[in-house]
Amino acid sequence: MPKVLKSDGMNKCIGCFTCMLTCSGVNHQNHSVSKSAIKVKTSGGLQGKFISVVCIACKDERACAEACPSGALEKRKGGGVVLKPEKCIGCKRCVNACIVGAVNFDEDENKPIICRHCGICARFCPHECLRMEDVADDL
Amino acid sequence: MIYEKYIKVLYIDMDTKRIRIEQRKDLIEYLGGVGVASKLLEENMKPELSPLDESQPIVFAIGAGSAIFPVITKTVAMFISPLTGELGESYAGGRMALTLFLAGYDAIVIHGKAKKPSYITINRNNVEIKDARAFWGMDSDEIGRVVRDREPGGGKRSIIRIGPAGENMVSYASVCVDTYRHFGRLGLGAVMGSKNLKAISIVGDRSIPIKNFKDYFKVYQEIYNRVTDTEIMSKYHDAGTPINIEPLNAAGGLPTKNLRQNVFEHGDKISGEAFAHKNLVRKMACTGCPVGCIHIGQFRREFDKGHEYESVSVGYDYELLFALGSFIGIKSSDEILQLIEKVEHLGMDAMSTGVVLGWATEAFMKKLVTEEQTLVPLAFGNTANYVKAIEYIAYKRNDFYKALSEGVDKASDIYGGKEFAMAFAKNEMAGYHTGYGMILGSAAGARHSHLCNGGYSVDQSMKEFNKEKLVDAIFAEEKERCMLNSLIICLFARKVYDRKTIIAALNSIGYAITDEELTAIGDRIYKTKLRIKKALGFKLADVKLPKRLFETPSLSGQLDEGISYELIDMYNRKLEEFTAG
Repeated sequence: MPKVLKSDGMNKCIGCFTCMLTCSGVNHQNHSVSKSAIKVKTSGGLQGKFISVVCIACKDERACAEACPSGALEKRKGGGVVLKPEKCIGCKRCVNACIVGAVNFDEDENKPIICRHCGICARFCPHECLRMEDVADDL
Repeated sequence: MIYEKYIKVLYIDMDTKRIRIEQRKDLIEYLGGVGVASKLLEENMKPELSPLDESQPIVFAIGAGSAIFPVITKTVAMFISPLTGELGESYAGGRMALTLFLAGYDAIVIHGKAKKPSYITINRNNVEIKDARAFWGMDSDEIGRVVRDREPGGGKRSIIRIGPAGENMVSYASVCVDTYRHFGRLGLGAVMGSKNLKAISIVGDRSIPIKNFKDYFKVYQEIYNRVTDTEIMSKYHDAGTPINIEPLNAAGGLPTKNLRQNVFEHGDKISGEAFAHKNLVRKMACTGCPVGCIHIGQFRREFDKGHEYESVSVGYDYELLFALGSFIGIKSSDEILQLIEKVEHLGMDAMSTGVVLGWATEAFMKKLVTEEQTLVPLAFGNTANYVKAIEYIAYKRNDFYKALSEGVDKASDIYGGKEFAMAFAKNEMAGYHTGYGMILGSAAGARHSHLCNGGYSVDQSMKEFNKEKLVDAIFAEEKERCMLNSLIICLFARKVYDRKTIIAALNSIGYAITDEELTAIGDRIYKTKLRIKKALGFKLADVKLPKRLFETPSLSGQLDEGISYELIDMYNRKLEEFTAG
């Protein structure tokens, strides 16, 4: 069964950024938090709440894939998309098309950073803010 | 620099606005953190000049493992302390280490004085010194807010700043890092103030590819699992460091009312449990730490008649509850939070402030000073007057408060009451009246902090008192912490980071290091610090201990003055051997 990431426990977030560090590490072999597909932010400085911005695994219609002119974003089973880097031209249209702001752009690689729903962030979240959910295959 | 054979140092001259970058191969033998910072302080300090002279340096450094492994979260600051006149060393968590790492610097050396109030921005492609004239006078909360709005990089940024106490060069002014963490001790805030430096904003957004992912991630996971599976998670995360109030009070080791007592009769009202029940609203973590020990407490304040309330949130920790609680007889959690908010906004070290107020209260009670000098009648437990007194210190309201702004040692030089001026070698005491370990550890520790060597912890773990064993334990721990602080591991995780783990971690990121080399690094760093102290005129044999330590019983019972000086003498001889060898 396909799985998707759910970040519905963010009220418990302590802001340790381990999710970002492990996402960058595992998916991009990089020490930088900038490569992470999940972004933890504060709204209104550190005294504000922690929020996460990450792919919400759209089903049926995927705006990012629709916006892609070269077919580099293919529908992923259960929601979201899979990036085919060899087909990507680095036009950033997917970045603008995602209205939750979950597609970031990797300027070093000239490619979007697309969440794979691999679950590494949830596995390393010490406070149960993130979890993986089984979903039906929608394709 | 990770994966490179050099340490990358950014030099900033506030006076000429020039910057310079050096790749220092020679600093590799100090590994990073406090090792690199000590060496840079030694090279750049001017022992013959005042600590607040504009040519004195401020050094920041991250460690060899910073932001790479769990709970390696600290940045070290080194400077000449305006409080003690000698070695200044302080640590802060927050996001600073990650941002410096991802900005691509291992260390920063700042010298010179800006002609006008300024702030520094460090970004991917630029380092700038900018106008902060309109920011001068702002409290540490406001300045954080305006820099946050003005500068880019949210989420990958760290903002460090001073409040009015730093601007006014209070000798124990602190530096706020990312709202809830601090370079608290020994007056870095005053040194920033002396340079007209209000704030530093650092953005870390570089790409640093991992070289050997498989090895690295294996070690990362092992450490992560141990951190989250062991008791350190529960102890520091659950009720946090304030959980220590209750056992220390029960055992007779909680300094109370200027150490006239070792037990606080209202201890239960200011315990970790009390705060957790009444005030705790949130927990947070430094970047890269899954523990999350930062505890935020909230209280409600009526600011006007007609049910006009605001809610105020501030961070609290054990040392603050001791210094702004038991030490000055404050018996409610709400009142302590109110005092914390005050020192936080003004930008002062909470520990020194509390200990200074304790001394001032006793000096007033004993009529060494009059109400004309104190402006308000100081009394243990009187929060409203302490709030005023803290403000008077920050703004050096009169000669008396100016003396208080220079610490208890200086104030007691002028007004007397040395026997109850609770400092070790001019640094105000920490919240542990535990025994000879605390006394020796604080007196002999390189920066006279309880964290130099954990003497208070030796007191509580040593089964039978033995002078040689105590001296040896403190000496060994001081050196070990020099090594730990070259990575810079948060000391809460010291039990996770045993030698084997440290070697595995360093090996996985390309340092071919052995156990013997780690020992040699610790020795090298300690010797550097001792050279700095010597150059700045410190002599351990000259340290005088306040008599109060021997009047009020400790957790280990009544302490003897003669034995304390004997221990210091034994340690001193050990140091002579160490530095000669």
